Amino acid sequence: MANFNLNINGKKQQIDLDPTTPMLWVLRDHFKLVGTKYGCGISQCGACTIHLGDNAVRSCQLPVSAVGEQAITTIEGLSENGDHPVQKAWLEEDVYQCGYCQAGQIMNASAFLKSNPNPTDEQIETAMNGNICRCGTYTRIKKAIKKAAAHIENI
Amino acid sequence: MPDRIRRRTPKIKEMTLIKTTYNRRSFLKCSVLAGGGMMLGFSWLASCKPTPEQVRSMPKEWFEINGYLKIGDNGRVTIMSPNPEIGQNVKTSMPMIVAEELDTDWNEVIVEQAPLNTAIFKRQLAGGSQSIRQGWEALRMAGATARHMLVMAAAEVWQVPAEEITTEARTLFHKTSDKSMGYGEVASAAAKLPIPEEVKLKDVKDFKIIGTSRKNVDGLKIVTGQPLYGLDIQKEGMLIAMIAHPPAFGLQLKSVDDTEAKKMPGIKDVFTIQTFNEDYKKSAFDNCSFTNLVVVVGNTTWEVMQAKKALKIEWDRSPAIEEQMDIFGRTMDVRFPAGLESSGAHREAMVEKAGIKQNVVRKDGNPEAVFKKAAKVIERSYSCPFLAHNCMEPMNFFADVMEDKAVLNGPVQTPEFMERSVAERLGLPLEKVDIQMTRMGGGFGRRLYGHFLTEAGVISQRMKAPIKLVYTREDDMTTGIYRPAYHAFYRAALDKDNNLIAFHVRAGGIPESPLAANRFPAGGVDNYLAEDWSIDSNITVGAFRAPRSNFIAGAEQSFLDEVAEEAGKDPIEFRLELLKRAQENPVGEYNDYEADRYSGVLELVREKSNWGQEQDGIHRGVSAYFCHNSYVAQVLDMTIENDKPVVQKVTAAIDCGIVVNPDAATNLAEGGAVDGIGHAMYSGLTFKDGVAEQNNFDRYRLIRYSEAPKEIETHFVQSNIDPTGLGEPPFPPIMGALANALYKATGQRHYHQPFITEKAVVG
Repeated sequence: MANFNLNINGKKQQIDLDPTTPMLWVLRDHFKLVGTKYGCGISQCGACTIHLGDNAVRSCQLPVSAVGEQAITTIEGLSENGDHPVQKAWLEEDVYQCGYCQAGQIMNASAFLKSNPNPTDEQIETAMNGNICRCGTYTRIKKAIKKAAAHIENI
Repeated sequence: MPDRIRRRTPKIKEMTLIKTTYNRRSFLKCSVLAGGGMMLGFSWLASCKPTPEQVRSMPKEWFEINGYLKIGDNGRVTIMSPNPEIGQNVKTSMPMIVAEELDTDWNEVIVEQAPLNTAIFKRQLAGGSQSIRQGWEALRMAGATARHMLVMAAAEVWQVPAEEITTEARTLFHKTSDKSMGYGEVASAAAKLPIPEEVKLKDVKDFKIIGTSRKNVDGLKIVTGQPLYGLDIQKEGMLIAMIAHPPAFGLQLKSVDDTEAKKMPGIKDVFTIQTFNEDYKKSAFDNCSFTNLVVVVGNTTWEVMQAKKALKIEWDRSPAIEEQMDIFGRTMDVRFPAGLESSGAHREAMVEKAGIKQNVVRKDGNPEAVFKKAAKVIERSYSCPFLAHNCMEPMNFFADVMEDKAVLNGPVQTPEFMERSVAERLGLPLEKVDIQMTRMGGGFGRRLYGHFLTEAGVISQRMKAPIKLVYTREDDMTTGIYRPAYHAFYRAALDKDNNLIAFHVRAGGIPESPLAANRFPAGGVDNYLAEDWSIDSNITVGAFRAPRSNFIAGAEQSFLDEVAEEAGKDPIEFRLELLKRAQENPVGEYNDYEADRYSGVLELVREKSNWGQEQDGIHRGVSAYFCHNSYVAQVLDMTIENDKPVVQKVTAAIDCGIVVNPDAATNLAEGGAVDGIGHAMYSGLTFKDGVAEQNNFDRYRLIRYSEAPKEIETHFVQSNIDPTGLGEPPFPPIMGALANALYKATGQRHYHQPFITEKAVVG
């Protein structure tokens, strides 16, 4: 067991636990932030994507001991009222079916658009290829990302 | 040309007046809420928990009805969504139907997920693409009856004839005296009125909500990560449970050494459970692979995962099992042989079966004689592997079993069936078992089989604590329940003028056949033979999105493409000729499709895809299929980029009757196409000595973003026919369109799924 000081969604948090515990389970079990989803546990599906600093990372493969001072953002902290341009675009396109993977899709897309606000189709493909949607909403995800990119450009 | 390609009279009787009380035994429940307002529920004896005497006195035909709504004294309308939500969007579209007849403004409606309540609701089940079809009349009646009672109450208040009162957007109007008031003002009075014996339903042309696109009612919660799913459930004092399953089909638990695991941090207990009582007769939805299980219970998911790995378990061979199951009221014998099965041996066994005469299911004319004298005979075989459902949210369930009652909550497609199962296992009366439903992270048929709910109940009862049972991805993928492996052998005979004069299908699988003997092209060919066969297996299978159709559609539609080519005919024209025959002068006693609706979607997709106006470098395949009461035709456009096939576009034409929520329906149709392309192209589960060779998404390949069609265009046939299924129908045919486009693009026919077997490199 070890003690960790974490910065999650702008809030300082302290926790004492096994240092190998992945952030996925720290968030879900200890901080009740269940928007970050468990899908595969081996960083193949992207359902657990969060932001570490500005980067999208798979929280199932991120031990709590590796976080250090870096700020963690989860889907719950992406915006105050669900009004991040990516969330708005997702709502406008009514992207989801079951919805389970979409928090991970949104976290991945929002980090990607921050680093590349005006992407090509090929760049979107490369960026989103690690996030599985079992319901097959990929064409809507594409439309939403393009819409969000346009929103971001207009800000 | 508009989508309205044909006008037709609905085959189902015009519904304007609907009786609400078929006899005195059926009743509507109406109650005044504390603090004013009205709650209206529908309850039919058929769906109550009746005594045996009552069962006998029941009429045969009952309304398939149940809807339920609340109107507050401020006019606020809450509509319950009765059925489980697995991503098919019934939580939005079912309440829309109630709101339509109620004449309320949709944007003000609050939608709540109903819990399992067999006294109020009926068929709270997600399966067979039936939620909207079977809920249609019930939901309309729920809204219409409430509206009627509000009108009667207003007539009383205003002292005017009820016929002079109109309604719109939660408001009652008496135009001649220029009076109006909100629903909330008379809701309480309305609730005290007798239930009407008849209510008038709207004419389809007057719909204001049905047929308009409305956003998913859970959208904001989904994009902000609010708790919606079973895995998200938290409760004070809740423990986490996981199961160590046998590593192979054909193995069972021999002994467990839990010394190390029990010592690990956060671990509360390790024990074994039996999912069912010894003498219990399982229902179809109790289907599961392993019933003698090692359970680890602890404080947190990560701790339990680690302890599970520290278990030392010995397994031994399970014996052959023969048991009886209750399959929808019929007792059936089921057999699971002993042994450790492998995919190589499965394939050999299937090929052997396909090579010899099998059980004749349907025969028209004299196919044997016609094949002998045919100018040309074409023979082809098709196959597909087992598939795992791979819902993104792995199986899980919450249970809190107390001395005298139990609360269970989570993702299950068959709550009513599982309530009976778990109540019997826990030794509790049905009314002491409360089952609630969460939104589900996918279903696809996997969550029809709710053994995990019963397992959670047993574990909670043992722990005397609330628990959440969690399957890891590996548990989820390797312990069943799968789409069967299938094989189909086809033969077609052409005469010297290239007319199709005989058709033969011999289809089977492990452990069931995918044959649908009365479907197209049956009815369109004079000489027709359909045979089936099956091979027993101890690998557990079950319904997977569009059961059986999910293979046979692609096989048949690929074969017809090849036959059309041999006959020198355009593949759409070839199908239309057969359908014309089936419509005008059908062969055989019974064909389970309507040929004109089948032709309708083919004609619509031909027009919308500009079929026949080929472009350089674009390779096209077409396919059409009927299943789950709906008709779908798809054209798939493919290019070759860097030696790889790329799906550029899918154009779909769908006839599913009235479309309740067009944009949501389009979403479902798009998903079906992506899902079908993905599974036919990339997915498969193989076995070696009983062990699933793929246990997570590194080895089990699912379609990814870059592999999805670049564009999908969906067209619905404009129709006044009552709505039919949509969750499943767009999924099966695309596999045929894909195979046919692949042939055009590569010159190679693909007969065995998955068409591409290279390992995915991602992550």
